[in-house]
Amino acid sequence: MFELAAEQAGMFFTWPNLGYWGRAMITTLTMAALGCGFGFIFAFLLVYFRTWPLKAMIPVRIILTLYVEVFRRIPFLVLTFLVLFGTRGFGFRFSLFSVACLTILLISTAYIAEIIRAGFESIHPNQWEAAAVLNFGRFKTIFGVIAPQSWPLIIPPAFSYFVMFVKETSLTSQIGALELMSAGKYFNSIGISPLLAFGTCLSLYFALSYPLTLLGHRIEKKLKLRFKGKIVKSHEISLIDRNKSHQVAN
Amino acid sequence: MPQLEIRGVCVHYELSVPILKNIDLDIFKGEIVSIIGPSGSGKSTLLRVLIGLLPPAQGTVSFNGKVVDYNSKTCLKELRDQMTIVFQQFNLFQNMSALKNVTIAPIEIKKEPKKIAEERSRFLLDRIGLSEKLNAYPDELSGGQQQRVALARALALNPDILLLDEVTSALDPEMTNEVLDAIRELSEDGITLIIVSHEMAFVREVSDRVIMMADGCIIEDGTPTEIFDMPKTDRCKDFVGMILSH
Repeated sequence: MFELAAEQAGMFFTWPNLGYWGRAMITTLTMAALGCGFGFIFAFLLVYFRTWPLKAMIPVRIILTLYVEVFRRIPFLVLTFLVLFGTRGFGFRFSLFSVACLTILLISTAYIAEIIRAGFESIHPNQWEAAAVLNFGRFKTIFGVIAPQSWPLIIPPAFSYFVMFVKETSLTSQIGALELMSAGKYFNSIGISPLLAFGTCLSLYFALSYPLTLLGHRIEKKLKLRFKGKIVKSHEISLIDRNKSHQVAN
Repeated sequence: MPQLEIRGVCVHYELSVPILKNIDLDIFKGEIVSIIGPSGSGKSTLLRVLIGLLPPAQGTVSFNGKVVDYNSKTCLKELRDQMTIVFQQFNLFQNMSALKNVTIAPIEIKKEPKKIAEERSRFLLDRIGLSEKLNAYPDELSGGQQQRVALARALALNPDILLLDEVTSALDPEMTNEVLDAIRELSEDGITLIIVSHEMAFVREVSDRVIMMADGCIIEDGTPTEIFDMPKTDRCKDFVGMILSH
């Protein structure tokens, strides 16, 4: 195997092939970024409505909770095929790239929603109460008080989730979407040594995800510096405060 | 007509444990009413009911003759437009500076012009001795300073009634005096104050009326002299005797 790889290296590492790998890398990154990026926005909206204590919102809360519970438990590959055949069954001819992005969006929304919900719940109830007695509405409370304090708790795990999904996109090669794994399969299928093809694939996944991990650490540090206040977490409240904490009449 | 009328208010926490039992109370405009009593007597719970954080299981609260509907967001909003509270744990917004904590509600909620709100906030913070801490965040302030910012934040809304819930309990003696001085000044402004406090000397000094609560009930209601020097009930005598002996 090593001998074959050495023999083929010269014809493998050509500019056209490198260009192909480059496009696959960009597609992989774009798929993960679009899916997780929009997933973050939808997840935020999901949590906003799911945690609304109004009685009229009960049906919405049930539906959103079901969404999160279901989509956190479906394998990514299974959902990818469901989205592909489901959309075509309804007459939509999405590109394979779009199918992949949509699948990532559906799953990342569910996972990131839980990260955001946990972030919000980590903030001391007294912040909600302080906002309520000053007549802040729900929108102002969440966007002006709770979310800014939650970012250091939300963004690092959400970013880690995005980095993880960069690797998960390899499963979309099963439906033929062009990304790094499918590029590796392609080269292997035309006779390139598996060591060269998949070794390059592996190296490029690492080359993508490691700098992103470092970026995630940097973002986490900047958030901690920029957010000068102490995040008052729920687990720090005393027993007396715990007895006083009730749902805000909001 | 009383500014606040509380009739038959009962509150239960989980498992129907009664915390407030048939509270009847009238508060008049400009009065300074202090509520004293042992821990767990329902003092803070009463304040939470008044500010609308906790609906009563029974009874009514009326403000300026209008019964408060705890199921109506509009009603609660109107109530909180005229009444505000300072909590024991300050409850400052951790992501905002001292100045921003004080200006945010007047600007965003009352829609005051930013310049006017900031001027008034600077005045309030200067009045309570924090003019050099305008841009400090809560974790950069001492407990006494945080509590004074919380006071300024409440006053920035020009409330008719100010509720103070054990505002010195979390503070050391030096910080306690800082905050009590600030409240002492407030008491001369004519604002209605309802103070829950364990600082008996302070209560005696500033209050028009003192209410003693125990086990969720009002035990006695009278002037400071009546409560501290001539308590009528044994419960009140025991409590006052115990605190004065310290």
